[in-house]
Amino acid sequence: MAALTKSDLTEQINRDIGLNKREAKEVVEQFFEEIKASLAEGWQVKLPGLGNFVLRNKTLRPGRNPITGEFIPVNARRVVTFKASLKLKQQVSRLRLSKQEEE
Amino acid sequence: MIKSQLVERIGRKLSYLSEKDITLCVNNIIDSLIKNLSKGKRIEIRDFGSFDLNYHAPRLAHNPKTGEKLITDPKYVAHFKPGKDLKERINASTQPIRAAKDEESEE
Repeated sequence: MAALTKSDLTEQINRDIGLNKREAKEVVEQFFEEIKASLAEGWQVKLPGLGNFVLRNKTLRPGRNPITGEFIPVNARRVVTFKASLKLKQQVSRLRLSKQEEE
Repeated sequence: MIKSQLVERIGRKLSYLSEKDITLCVNNIIDSLIKNLSKGKRIEIRDFGSFDLNYHAPRLAHNPKTGEKLITDPKYVAHFKPGKDLKERINASTQPIRAAKDEESEE
């Protein structure tokens, strides 16, 4: 099953809300851009129904090359994780997909 | 950042659109993301990231309170994989991590 993309979201806004294609495209771009900008400023993001984008600082830790076994430090860094809302979790967990549908 | 602040920030960039229209759009986007994931459809947003469904096979577990053994139901779990641009921008950030709600006192 093909993935949902920005162009699908754009078409839907054009159809449901009646903004023209150019405006709809801009809104979709800015929606994701402002979430990124907020996270880059350190602000976590909460979107009702969907979930939360949570930031975490990771400390330096020893990692290793799984093939050679050689130690390589994994640098301290900041990462984002997504915590699905309870509603989304429940809906997704009920899915019964066959392997074919998953592709 | 919460939803109303997202609407406000988009409005600052796209001043030719009304706040009402932007609110409708933001709700529309959030609804489609939820609906598509709930139907089992992947989401792929260039330069942002992708939402996938990970299958969790049934496994042996036990209830920590009663010690009773049980087998978990197989299930799907939504997983977000940040894109390259998002990862780099977050990692480059020097600002402290702040909770979504606190932003109301920002300006």
